[in-house]
Amino acid sequence: MAEERVAPLVISRRQGFLITFVQRNHIASVAASILVLIVVSAIIAPVLAPGDPVDMSPIDRLKSPADAGYLGTDAFGRDILSRILYGARISLGVGVVSVLAAAAVGTLIGLVSGYLGGWQEYLTMRLMDVLFSFPSILLAILIVSIWGAGFSSIVLAIALVQTPIFARIVRASTLSLKEMEYVHAAKTAGASTWRILSRHVLPNVAAPILVQLALSMSGAVVLEAALSYLGLGAVPPTPSLGSMLSENRSAMEIAPWTVLYPGIALAILVLCINMLGDALRDFLDPRLRTAMSP
Amino acid sequence: MLSFLARRIITVFIPTLLGISILVFGAMRQIPGDFVDVLIGVGPDVSEQQREDIARSYGLDKPLPVQYVLWLGNVLQGDMGTSLRSGKPVASEIIGRLPVTLELAGLATIASLVLAIPAGIVSALRRGRMSDSVLRLVALVGLSVPNFLIATMLVLFVSTKWSFFPTTGFVPITEGIGANLKSLVLPTLALGALLAASVMRMTRSSVLEELGKEYLTVARAKGLAERAIVLRHAVRNALVPVITVVGIQTGYMLGGTVIIEQIFAIPGIGRLALDAVNQRDYPLVQGTTLFIAAAFVLMNLVTDVIYSVVDPRIRVKG
Repeated sequence: MAEERVAPLVISRRQGFLITFVQRNHIASVAASILVLIVVSAIIAPVLAPGDPVDMSPIDRLKSPADAGYLGTDAFGRDILSRILYGARISLGVGVVSVLAAAAVGTLIGLVSGYLGGWQEYLTMRLMDVLFSFPSILLAILIVSIWGAGFSSIVLAIALVQTPIFARIVRASTLSLKEMEYVHAAKTAGASTWRILSRHVLPNVAAPILVQLALSMSGAVVLEAALSYLGLGAVPPTPSLGSMLSENRSAMEIAPWTVLYPGIALAILVLCINMLGDALRDFLDPRLRTAMSP
Repeated sequence: MLSFLARRIITVFIPTLLGISILVFGAMRQIPGDFVDVLIGVGPDVSEQQREDIARSYGLDKPLPVQYVLWLGNVLQGDMGTSLRSGKPVASEIIGRLPVTLELAGLATIASLVLAIPAGIVSALRRGRMSDSVLRLVALVGLSVPNFLIATMLVLFVSTKWSFFPTTGFVPITEGIGANLKSLVLPTLALGALLAASVMRMTRSSVLEELGKEYLTVARAKGLAERAIVLRHAVRNALVPVITVVGIQTGYMLGGTVIIEQIFAIPGIGRLALDAVNQRDYPLVQGTTLFIAAAFVLMNLVTDVIYSVVDPRIRVKG
């Protein structure tokens, strides 16, 4: 492995980031395309969905995909495909909101505490350790027990779980970046702390943040599904990929499609995000490229 | 070694535990409604006088920091209050459920390591071949598919195709170890999948990294058999970083038990915590979250210590 050369990451100005990435990562590009497809179908779910995701129709209960068309119906006669489309909306919505919030707060904490140091840094990073040491489901349980089940509780829970990860990554990069000569130069030239952080440090931690955004997104989708599965997230009859798995459990032996398709949808969604995240990491971090990819 | 341990305990372990206790204590005081109502639960009629007595006995008439210190003192002595539903002490409820969760988590850890470490080594040695691709794909699926989905699919498959393993319910170890283990097969697989996938990936990349190092060239030059080179040198060193992954993931497994115990109706701590939330049994919520988070931090400390024993360089770096 030592003799293997690391292909240098040269992003030509003409080609740009996107084309270089696609040329090097065929499988991840496929995953990204599927992901785009999922996101678009989730956004235009009201147009695509063949039925209403919430309205019950007792006559149509537990119809198989062969009888009902599309992916069949559940025990309340609701169309599974429609519920999956609306469920994906919720997965992605909760994921995007909570991860962006976590990234914004975490990045700010990481930048400031890494750059300024001192006892404030010690306190904030210990606070991050505390949040980090709660298994995410447990933190969600604590929050839900106070504010009750619902999306605002789980968005807060997911954001709280993800914030320390961003704070740590950004802080670690900031610690090494602040000793760089160009940062010292900027300081000598009289640049304000805010300017140094936003113009000189932040652009250089963008790559790890981008990778972590993808990884956090898959974690957030899984956590939303898990909490909804436990009845702590989506409140019935709101469809969520997680709650579909638990609410159809009793019917699953006679009507396997009621859990099989939501399960497959969730697995494909998370798998695509993870593959994209992995590829981004390998692509942006040359050190990992020899060890991780074949 | 001892000074390393002491340093870790003072700078990381104790501050984190204190932070966790403040967070849990603070969270419980955010519950909507009067804390006395929370303690009494729904039902019993109590007079104003009784309410004041209850408030005083819990120290609620004192300032919040004092309340915290009193509460922490009680917790440290093993008094975490009384469950509102069962009326039993929270501590004894937790201890009663502990063995089941430990058995489940232990089995899942052992099963994962036994499967994943050899798989990771094979995958690294056969890098780029078919078997490597298949193993890596399996690991990626294991990382991506959430444990409750794996559990659901296992139950679906077993209940329709192959009814050898029970799909729900738990048989206590007192009713025979065979039946006990059989009832834990599916939960173990579902719970261990994530650990197995991460360990396999870490083992693979770590073995690959070791294989490229110069000391292996020396070993080859002095004529050691390839088998000895791989097993005695490369794998031994490659497993060091794997320890961290195992430590962290075993901690997260504690969170995973919440959902797995719910799916398979296993009476462990995770299920206790979830039931406590659903029944608004706040002392029990407080006790279980505090216990699981503390166990998680302890797990991290143990990982650090094991790591520093195996790789002494860590001790110097601190």
